[in-house]
Amino acid sequence: MSATAVHSLWTTTAAASVNDGIDKIDAPNIEYGQLAPTLIVIGAAVIGVLIEAFVPRKSRYYAQLFVAVVALAAAFAAVVALAAGGYGTTKARIAAMGAIAVDGPALFLQGTILLAGMVAIFTFAERRLDPVAHGNRVDSFVAQAGAVPGSPGEQAATKAGFATTEVFPLALFAIGGMLVFPSANDLLTFFIALEVFSLPLYLLCALARRKRLMSQEAAVKYFLLGAFASAFTLFGIALIYGYAGSVSYGTVAKVVDGTITTVDPALAGTMGNDALLLIGSAMIVMGLLFKVGAVPFHMWTPDVYQGAPTPVTGFMAAATKVAAFGALLRLLYVVLPGLRWDWRPVMYGVAVITMLGGAIVAITQTDIKRLLAYSSIAHAGFILAGVIATTEDGVSSVLFYLGAYSFVTIGAFAVVTLVRDAGGEATHLSKWAGLGRRSPLVAAVFAVFLLAFAGIPLTSGFSGKFAVFKAAAEGGAGALVVVGVISSAIAAFFYIRVIVLMFFSEPKADGPTVAVPSPLTMTAIGVGVAVTLVLGVAPQYFLDLAGQSGVFVR
Amino acid sequence: MSFPLLTATAALPAVGAIATAAVPAARRTAAKWLALFFSLATLALAVVVAVRFDPDGDRYQLTESRAWIKDFGVRYELGVDGIGVALIALTALLIPFIILAGWHDADPLETKSSRWRPTQGFFALILAVEAMVIISFEATDVFLFYIFFEAMLIPMYFLIGGFGDRAHSGSDENASAQRSYAAVKFLLYNLVGGLIMLAAVIGLYVVAGNFSLQEIAEARANGSLDMATNTERLLFLGFFFAFAVKAPLWPLHTWLPNAMGEATAPVAVLITAVVDKVGTFAMLRFCLQLFPEASKWATPVILVLALVSIVYGALLAVGQRDIKRLVAYASISHFGFIILGIFAMTSQGQSGATLYMVNHGISTAALMLVAGFLISRRGSRLIADYGGVQKVAPVLAGTFLIGGLATLSLPGLAPFVSEFLVLVGTFARYPAVGIIATFGIVLAALYTLVLYQRTMTGPVKPEVASMPDLKVRELAVVAPLIALLIVLGVYPKPVTELVNPAVKHTMSDVQKKDPKPDVEAAK
Repeated sequence: MSATAVHSLWTTTAAASVNDGIDKIDAPNIEYGQLAPTLIVIGAAVIGVLIEAFVPRKSRYYAQLFVAVVALAAAFAAVVALAAGGYGTTKARIAAMGAIAVDGPALFLQGTILLAGMVAIFTFAERRLDPVAHGNRVDSFVAQAGAVPGSPGEQAATKAGFATTEVFPLALFAIGGMLVFPSANDLLTFFIALEVFSLPLYLLCALARRKRLMSQEAAVKYFLLGAFASAFTLFGIALIYGYAGSVSYGTVAKVVDGTITTVDPALAGTMGNDALLLIGSAMIVMGLLFKVGAVPFHMWTPDVYQGAPTPVTGFMAAATKVAAFGALLRLLYVVLPGLRWDWRPVMYGVAVITMLGGAIVAITQTDIKRLLAYSSIAHAGFILAGVIATTEDGVSSVLFYLGAYSFVTIGAFAVVTLVRDAGGEATHLSKWAGLGRRSPLVAAVFAVFLLAFAGIPLTSGFSGKFAVFKAAAEGGAGALVVVGVISSAIAAFFYIRVIVLMFFSEPKADGPTVAVPSPLTMTAIGVGVAVTLVLGVAPQYFLDLAGQSGVFVR
Repeated sequence: MSFPLLTATAALPAVGAIATAAVPAARRTAAKWLALFFSLATLALAVVVAVRFDPDGDRYQLTESRAWIKDFGVRYELGVDGIGVALIALTALLIPFIILAGWHDADPLETKSSRWRPTQGFFALILAVEAMVIISFEATDVFLFYIFFEAMLIPMYFLIGGFGDRAHSGSDENASAQRSYAAVKFLLYNLVGGLIMLAAVIGLYVVAGNFSLQEIAEARANGSLDMATNTERLLFLGFFFAFAVKAPLWPLHTWLPNAMGEATAPVAVLITAVVDKVGTFAMLRFCLQLFPEASKWATPVILVLALVSIVYGALLAVGQRDIKRLVAYASISHFGFIILGIFAMTSQGQSGATLYMVNHGISTAALMLVAGFLISRRGSRLIADYGGVQKVAPVLAGTFLIGGLATLSLPGLAPFVSEFLVLVGTFARYPAVGIIATFGIVLAALYTLVLYQRTMTGPVKPEVASMPDLKVRELAVVAPLIALLIVLGVYPKPVTELVNPAVKHTMSDVQKKDPKPDVEAAK
């Protein structure tokens, strides 16, 4: 066990130079084809940065949008090509010298993230909702992030027609990190991916055009708590290294289940110490539970969801969840299956309090974005129920749920951007009264999303819920299913309350108006509705897809 | 591959719902006629189903089976037995009358927004409910049934909450609050029931590995699928709870008076005469077939609950001051009879219960729709606001009386036959229960006749002095229903012949034989 065991991709060259002299460096073996989706997105993000530097301000928006959409489409095509080429099943391999796993779950999640990212980019680029400012169409983002809110500088920036087109490369970097996160196959790559997707998100949260102080406050909260969570994760990784003498998923797993018993002399004092393993894995899992917003690590969710620009909220709620649950699955199924009897009761408890906590606290919410935030917490609980199943069915049910959930979420937040009054988005629930009378179509679409969240049959929410509950019941967690249906019933109450408000209340005289969006947001909402209904009525194809993607490569 | 008749019967109203919803805002009347057309076409298909069905043939006929969601072990499986045919016919029969009776219920009070189209929505939702109810009667796959059992709550919810009783004046803030309260209560009760059933549905899958009613029932019968006693009981309770909420059975009934009180009369009929029947139907089809042992285990408790429903519902009906709530409590009492008949576990009881479902649908529709016409004339639901109506509107009063007499099971009208069968069937096995249930009939006479007396007889109240009698449209709704009540009261054979073989199958599922007559037992 030399230095290669620590991390092959990062240390191969260094080790080679120590052993064989400087002139015999072996180039690391990188499977560019299998890493193409990530490389395309990150490459496009870099191009986006260059556009910011060199393209004239007037054309930046179009250039950025073009690059982002093309990159995401190309990356998605690459994922499809890989999946069609069997890289998700028979040719599933560990690539990039052990750093990245390219297998079924990874490709499925990458495809989901890319599609969700694409739809989210459409909502980022929406410029018809806010009133025209000084002759310029504006999006949901601040004119100049550096200008102090309410200052003359801000006014000047608005007047000059500045736009924060940096959001596109930022989103691409985040998506790039998210693509790596669920496919990371060693703890260092895992951590780097975590940071690569988290940092742009912290920034994006701070960039709201309206209610800037709230937005910045949300970003600071998210950043501070996120930094805590990252620190925990990193500490956990260090402890795991102390325990296993490696950060590679496969090696750690083997040390955990006792296949490898040789002790690295440098780590003789710590290797095989179960306390390190338990504390370390608990810390890593804590960091992940923070990212998915599971109780008791959920405190940031409502504030950040409320403060962030709504398109970012939708993107975050959907894609972050997909990536983080993907990573959690891989961690629990690949690295820690030997520890199953230790983590299952803990996750069981977390799932129970997450489902119930999210559903119960949501009842008292009066802001639509906060309500959706708590709803997303409850959904994290449902997904955890599938994670606990520890079966192949459990994996595919979680994959399916994530796919179904992310489109509903983005669609729902896209609808939230449409309902506006003089102060921007009218997110207070009382303002939504009678929306169904005024704009039946928008209200009906939002009702479809709410019913999907509530898990009413014939929507994707029901198929997903059924899949995870079935997996959980088959995995022997029947009691969890009962808690699940009880919290679904509680959750149904507040979704229905919104529907009551929209359809059965009289519209207020000074109520908000519904802005007519450009085709961009319409596409986002349309895709959301279509996916919701298709996955509700005919989910078989996608269940098959998820079912074939249920096996992790080790 | 033969023509998928059952799919067509369920799909036709669904297509009608979409077509009706798509009618432009200004063409309100066209939407109504379109909805009526689709409901009549569905009735025609239901008649074809009834004709093509051979009562003495296989248990499930006109079956269809297609792959649907393989991963969940779910197939798209349809098939009807005699009970299903009877209830499909009832549903298809009542919907045109409901549409006709609600002809003006959803006319917008003022045409402010060109995009708000309540009329189209109202009739589309009624057709959507019809489609979902019909497919619930047809589904022989537990999952397929469950999906529509749950999904029908949504259109029902909008019908209750979105189209309140005009008698309560549409713009009144308080009335709209009460209405949405009723709608939410309806939805939450049924959703909780449904979600508990979902846990049981998943449990059933874990135990049985698929959702096919026939396969599971067969495997249960030949012993290849053995359920632990406790598992079976828990699953039974999960299913029964949902059906008992829907039916509704005391003490899960409290949503019904609210819902029926606040909804328009046609929607109230839709709830009690059509949608609630899915609950009692499902008890017969799913509880007894899938969990025969547990059904027998739970029988004593369920009989007691049914008795409480019968007596409690009737007592509360006597005490009501609101006409629609009175009918609602009377319905709770009648659902008690239906459930009593099902769980008496005798063939008379179960035939009677099925017949009761059909007859209760028709008689409640007659009573409630006439009550609706009455209420829309005076603008009040309170019994005290009426008096002497028979002098100013004799036809209205007469039809109201016949509907009322049917509700109290007067011999010669259809409900008598079914109530008699239920009581005989119950008495054969549980004499004490049968005797107590009889009090329900006495109380029914009380609440119906008192209702009639207070509203229709006596001195003419000044507010009702100028009340017009039934119009042609209203007569067209009421007359056929009353004719049907009389025909089925005198000649119930077509329905009983349809139902009896199906009941025999169910009885053999629970391995119960009818108790021998006392004469033989004495020997």
